[in-house]
Amino acid sequence: MNKKSKLSFSLLLDDYRDSHIIKKIAERIDQSIAGIDRKIRIMEVCGGHTHIIAKYGLEQILPETIEFIHGPGCPVCIMPKERIDHAYIMSLEKDVILVSLGDMMRVPGSYGSLFDARAKGADIRFVYSPLDTLDIAKENPDKRIVFFAIGFETTTPMTAALIERQIKESLKNILYHINHVTVPEPMEVVVSEDDSNIDAFIAPSHVSVITGAKIYQPIVNKYKIPIVVSGFEPVDVMESVRMIVQQFADNRAELEIEYKRGVTTEGNIKAQKMIDKYFEKDDFFRWRGVGDIPQSSYRLRSEYSYLNAELIFDLPDNSIDDHKLCMCGDILKGKAKPFDCKAFGKTCTPGKPLGACMVSDEGSCAAYYRYGRFNKI
Amino acid sequence: MKEILLEHGGGGESTGKLINDIFLEAFSNETLNKLEDASPFFADGKMAMTTDSYTVNPVFFSGGNIGKLSICGTCNDLAMMGAKPGYISCGFIIEEGFGIDELKTIVKSMSEELKKNNAVIITGDTKVVPRGNADKIYINTTGVGEIVYDGLSSSGIGEGDMIVVSNSIGEHGAHIFVMREGINIKSDLKSDCRSLWPLVDLLIKAGIRIKAIRDATRGGLSAVLNEWARQSNVCIKLKEELIPVKREVKGICELLGFEPYHLACEGTFVMAVDREDADKAVEAMRSHEYGSNAAVIGTVDSEFISKAVLETGIGTKRILDIPAGVLLPRIC
Amino acid sequence: MCLAIPSKVIEIDHEMNSITVDTMGAARSASLDLLPEPVEIGDYVILHVGFAIRKVDEKSAIEVIDYYNEILADEQEE
Ligand code: SF4
Repeated sequence: MNKKSKLSFSLLLDDYRDSHIIKKIAERIDQSIAGIDRKIRIMEVCGGHTHIIAKYGLEQILPETIEFIHGPGCPVCIMPKERIDHAYIMSLEKDVILVSLGDMMRVPGSYGSLFDARAKGADIRFVYSPLDTLDIAKENPDKRIVFFAIGFETTTPMTAALIERQIKESLKNILYHINHVTVPEPMEVVVSEDDSNIDAFIAPSHVSVITGAKIYQPIVNKYKIPIVVSGFEPVDVMESVRMIVQQFADNRAELEIEYKRGVTTEGNIKAQKMIDKYFEKDDFFRWRGVGDIPQSSYRLRSEYSYLNAELIFDLPDNSIDDHKLCMCGDILKGKAKPFDCKAFGKTCTPGKPLGACMVSDEGSCAAYYRYGRFNKI
Repeated sequence: MKEILLEHGGGGESTGKLINDIFLEAFSNETLNKLEDASPFFADGKMAMTTDSYTVNPVFFSGGNIGKLSICGTCNDLAMMGAKPGYISCGFIIEEGFGIDELKTIVKSMSEELKKNNAVIITGDTKVVPRGNADKIYINTTGVGEIVYDGLSSSGIGEGDMIVVSNSIGEHGAHIFVMREGINIKSDLKSDCRSLWPLVDLLIKAGIRIKAIRDATRGGLSAVLNEWARQSNVCIKLKEELIPVKREVKGICELLGFEPYHLACEGTFVMAVDREDADKAVEAMRSHEYGSNAAVIGTVDSEFISKAVLETGIGTKRILDIPAGVLLPRIC
Repeated sequence: MCLAIPSKVIEIDHEMNSITVDTMGAARSASLDLLPEPVEIGDYVILHVGFAIRKVDEKSAIEVIDYYNEILADEQEE
């Protein structure tokens, strides 16, 4: 048998959510911030961090001079309507089963959401793991299975692993509509603008498990901005804020890893190789709320274009903008808060989202709506 | 004969046999056995009546089945009005080809649950529809019962009242979710599907001053408390650490990104009681196996009117939100 | 983005290159196709949409918590 692991759920989940430790870190932050008389605006890039901050109300125990800006890190939110329309159109094609992950089902495109397509008779399944698509393909040899792939670098290798298994098992009936996007490029977009408000980044947990912390080094070097790669629990987020504040106190701007139990500088090389084997960078991707960002997404390598649903189905090549009132672009860039939007909570709610940030539970408008509503309304 | 055929619903000989061998066998009582077109019964005082249709998929789950649910659900709706379940009607819509043994199991669970509520089925109906026109089996039940504790209302909750749950939350919702659509999670978790009248009866007998009481079914704890906060114009404030949640439910919530407060319960209720009675209510419920994890979970004040608010372990507050439509795993 | 949670390895299936993991009583199979390091039963891995993506590093996981717990314990003594 193996050596005894000192790890336990009580350590990994309970201790990393322990209220005494969280409060202790808050005290530490108060001490280090005492000498700094400026605002520190921290963008948490990842929607998961936005969720944790809202869920634990972390803003309420941090000094007022620390402000969180919620970044563009939710793959469901940043999906432009025209690509959801693609999913909708493909799902209603003859003999197609459309497969995607969780929340994607709810997001409305210009014709409706995938739930609406399902009500019209489309066969749409959601899976917990991309590999579950293999079973659907085997059980339905006469159908074309379209895997609507979403997610950042964290989820991209899983799509690659699915392709690899499909090829190994000679399954012919799975096609791919790829919407895998990458994190550093939008980070650079928001920080490079002249009127950028961002003083530091909390970098994503699980993207970084795959890519390694190294992907953020160029941004730190070029913009002299502190970046801390943080874990997913409240203690992680607090500790990352503390590390950022400490950098300001010491006048440093460095790349640091708080989430050492999961992230290394180099990352998961095996997963990176899988990505490279099947994907290459696309010229640009249109981010909902942000616009075109060059080199910020993946497409299938040309050897695998026979698996590319975008080439096989007849899909419109257009772009659809959000409602005029919607301020998502500014929110994603840290220039506005959800409360600044006139539509927030009135014509725009999670049930009927007008813009990107209200779409998924992890969008910043949705997080504010769910957890923070009583502050202002 | 192993399967239900169209002729079982046709009114002829097969229908008679089905009624006799399965339904009367299990539900037998003087009124039902007469098989009249309508069943007479005596009623005295203020009555409550409720109806619900059950279409749960999967039909069989761990901790119960659609039959158990159809009796629990309807009797619980009565109990939540302070009414003692009395008479029940039931209508079956069965898809052609449904297994007779499975039907027997369902009917047996119904009869066991009726006994726990001291209620009887006095009229019923069975229809069989062609294959594909229904998903296995649907059951509708209607219940009537005498109100023995009057004045319960979701608009009568006042500042100072306490919020109490009868047991740990979210088990039915979590269990049904993992049994469905390609999630492939294994768990020993059972549905909490159970009859609540025995517990309510205990509380009434203990003289607890109940203001409002509701089983936290669809939308879970958060749906009920949000509705109460709005209708009573108060702020309901829960302490997150006091809410009983089983470890297995927590695990499923971690995996899928759910909140236990959004998951349906089928045998757990929440109530608002007079401050002085809260501990006594918990004690009374803990004496019964269906209330083993009963707990006081919060208070009522006026800080954020019409809102249900959660206080976290670190003393921060957040809105207890209402789940948006269908629950979907938060994967990305 | 990317919900991922620590889970405990309770079974290893070498043929399928997969493991069964437990997350507080909920068990699910997970693929090893993307895991760079070998695992043993009892290890904790980070799980994302059905794939183990990393073994949880024991030393670093304990470090942060121990550091703060010690401070908290010292304060209690004072
Ligand atoms: S509230 Fe709605 S419309 Fe306003 S910025 Fe957010 S998503 Fe856009």
